[in-house]
Amino acid sequence: MSNYYIYQDQRRCIGCYACEVHCKTQNNLPVGPRFCRIIQVGPKMARGIPRMQFVFMPCFHCEQPWCVTACPTGAMQKRAKDGIVFVDQSLCIGCKSCITACPWGGPQWDQESKKVAKCDYCMERIDAGLKPACVTKCTAHALHWVTAAEASSLKRELFAREIAENLPY
Amino acid sequence: MGEASSVYSICGMCAVRCPIRVEVENGAVKWIEGNPHVSGIEGSLCAKGSAGLSFQYDAERLQSPMIRIGPRGSGQWKKATWDEALDYIEEKLKAVTEKYGARATALADRCGLFTDLTKSFMKALGSPNYMDHDDTCAKNVNIACQSLFGYGRGELGYDFANAKHIVLYGRNVFESLQVKEVNNILDAMENGAKITYIDIRATVTASKADKFLMIRPGTDYAFNLALIHVVLKENLYDQDFVNKWVTGLTELEAFVAPYTPEWAEKETGIPAYEIVKLAREVSSAKPKVIFHGGWMLARYIDSFYSSRSINILNALMGSIETEGGLIVGKGAKDAGVKGLNSLGDKIPGVKDKIFDADLPSKSMGTGHIINLYKVIKTGQPYPVKAFFAYRYDPIASLPDPEAQKKVLDNLDLLVSIDVNYSDTGWYSDVILPEATYLERSNIIAVQKGQKPSLVMRRQAVRPRYDSKPAWEIFKLIAERMGAGQYFPYDSIEDVWNYQLEGTGFEIDDFNAKGQVALSKSPILMDRNDLKFKTPSGKIEFMSSTLAKNDFESLAPYVTPKKPEKGSFRLTFGRTPVHTSAQSQNNIYLNEILSENTLWINETEASELGIRDGDTVEVGADTYSGKIKAKVTPLIHPEAVFMLHGFGSEIPLKTRSFKKGLRDSKFAKGLLETVDPVGGGSAYLECVVKVRKAN
Repeated sequence: MSNYYIYQDQRRCIGCYACEVHCKTQNNLPVGPRFCRIIQVGPKMARGIPRMQFVFMPCFHCEQPWCVTACPTGAMQKRAKDGIVFVDQSLCIGCKSCITACPWGGPQWDQESKKVAKCDYCMERIDAGLKPACVTKCTAHALHWVTAAEASSLKRELFAREIAENLPY
Repeated sequence: MGEASSVYSICGMCAVRCPIRVEVENGAVKWIEGNPHVSGIEGSLCAKGSAGLSFQYDAERLQSPMIRIGPRGSGQWKKATWDEALDYIEEKLKAVTEKYGARATALADRCGLFTDLTKSFMKALGSPNYMDHDDTCAKNVNIACQSLFGYGRGELGYDFANAKHIVLYGRNVFESLQVKEVNNILDAMENGAKITYIDIRATVTASKADKFLMIRPGTDYAFNLALIHVVLKENLYDQDFVNKWVTGLTELEAFVAPYTPEWAEKETGIPAYEIVKLAREVSSAKPKVIFHGGWMLARYIDSFYSSRSINILNALMGSIETEGGLIVGKGAKDAGVKGLNSLGDKIPGVKDKIFDADLPSKSMGTGHIINLYKVIKTGQPYPVKAFFAYRYDPIASLPDPEAQKKVLDNLDLLVSIDVNYSDTGWYSDVILPEATYLERSNIIAVQKGQKPSLVMRRQAVRPRYDSKPAWEIFKLIAERMGAGQYFPYDSIEDVWNYQLEGTGFEIDDFNAKGQVALSKSPILMDRNDLKFKTPSGKIEFMSSTLAKNDFESLAPYVTPKKPEKGSFRLTFGRTPVHTSAQSQNNIYLNEILSENTLWINETEASELGIRDGDTVEVGADTYSGKIKAKVTPLIHPEAVFMLHGFGSEIPLKTRSFKKGLRDSKFAKGLLETVDPVGGGSAYLECVVKVRKAN
């Protein structure tokens, strides 16, 4: 896993798809490849409320990225300094091995360039001290740019607060 | 790396007009984000806002003035120069003015921040006939508010961030979204605020709510009458506030006496105990309670009274002009500073009355676009022969486009001024392309609120095509009509300097954040010295203005007709990825959602042999169309639903051409069907037949 993590606060996410468009404009993508997705699950009735979940699916930038292992040309790489997994497009031969290898559907096929492209956490923005486009402009401030360690402590805090708020006293 | 700059401006992808920051590199837009300096925004931008970039660099938008060479609506155009297009307009407009007078010209826009320009333009032409699009928006809500508080809907802001209980009637805040409002409501929820959501279907807002009540379509008024019944019976209202500021409580008490929760249960389908529970819950949170006046609610035949009852509830909770409630928007005067100069200040007033000032059996207020159609059709009280639709698309948004076109055929001149090909543009004689919001500056505007400010939309890049900013377009037409002296501006800076004269502010004051605050802290009226703009100066449950116009203040509830088997009330709504009928052709937004579906209740669907994903035929009168069904338990059995804005018939917009269906086409014969008091269009009185397609 890379040093970074995008934490999605489910309580704030409204499934508005803005992150997808922020990503597409930032990466100037044609129709087809979508580096991140919001997947709607539900509605399912829970205590009389038709709850929907909106699951944010970027690339997870695995510690042991199968896409990198599968790539025959070295186009798919893991950046040494922070673990970001990215494609060097000049080396990609369009064999799609990475698409086969990735369990999460991260690598995307670009029909125009006939190569694979994927989420690189907006690497250039990260290097400039900024956050990825999806996080920076998230409509509801539901996405947070954190380290993996921060993600678990954030989740605990939010959970504790939610439990406490629902107490009857 | 070439030359880079950062420009603060205002988004133009929908009518919310959020503050933005634009990064430009070598003359091209590279990045758009929400203005980081504005609270509730802090960088946030919605999907449509980000797709402004793909709109800017899309070739499938207006590129030059166009003049019609075939019959109206034939799609036969010739590209024209600005001179040719203005010559055409000048010739026709002068002929209209000579024959029928200046009042024979009308203009409609989408209202909002920048109307000082269009209002001044009409004043310069000598016509009283300016109107906005509110008949298809919140007109009934607006007039309902006025009848109670003297303030219109737009003058009352909702302080969601500090609210403790928010009650929404079909106001789908998380899909038909305004970024700042979304964040304020989410913040309030994190701080423990409760959301009660009442609608005919389960939306994302329903999914996020603490309570979702599915209501029978068209019965919100019954629900509210019962709610008021409980509030009064159990003394759940803010007695200090009501005693001091409200007139007509006794009449209200007598009026709601028969409207019990048990009665309302039969009308609405919502259990009586839920109504009682809600009344008690909101009361325990008062005065930090907001009953949203409604938006989609505002499209029934009795919307005026539904909305009025909602605002009666606000008054009963004492939630007027208080933190976490409804707060009157404050302007420059309230902040004790001089406001902007109006472009119209130096233009002589217009003597003629607006076209619907004296129409017989008319609804409240004037400037109803639906009345304009009546006037164009009949020539009474006087002919209107020229119509400018500026950034406004009545053919796409009002009911029954075919009926509208027949009426518009009476016009000698129909001009559309827009950034896009609209349905109205497609039927016009001339289309004038306005520069996009990234390519133009607008006049400075006042953003009223608890903390009023001045806001500026500033040009970020040069126009890619042969388009012009609005201030220049209206100046050029005024010049052609011999009224150029009223627009003595050669640049937007000239306009801005004139507007700012005497205010103590300069153009450069907008550089740092894109706006300037008129007040450092929120302005709230003293609760012991409130000002209501009603004749009595109080909140009028029994409105003297309504009485003067022969309307009741408290109207008896009328139960809506149940559609026959196989027929449904057609309802419509929004998605977070599209703006009305404007954005369906946007490459990125179209990729996410290119077609609408028909929501239909699973029990009804099963009886009609319709399964999820089946193609169904939807029909009303002589019109029918095919669409995929979304079968769900989460819509009321009496209604079907489709997203608004699909089914474009403009072939130049290749991505959205003929994709999905347009709800307004089913509203056959409903063009003149309005709420009799508020005058807003009653679209939701549309009934369609649904059957499985062969």
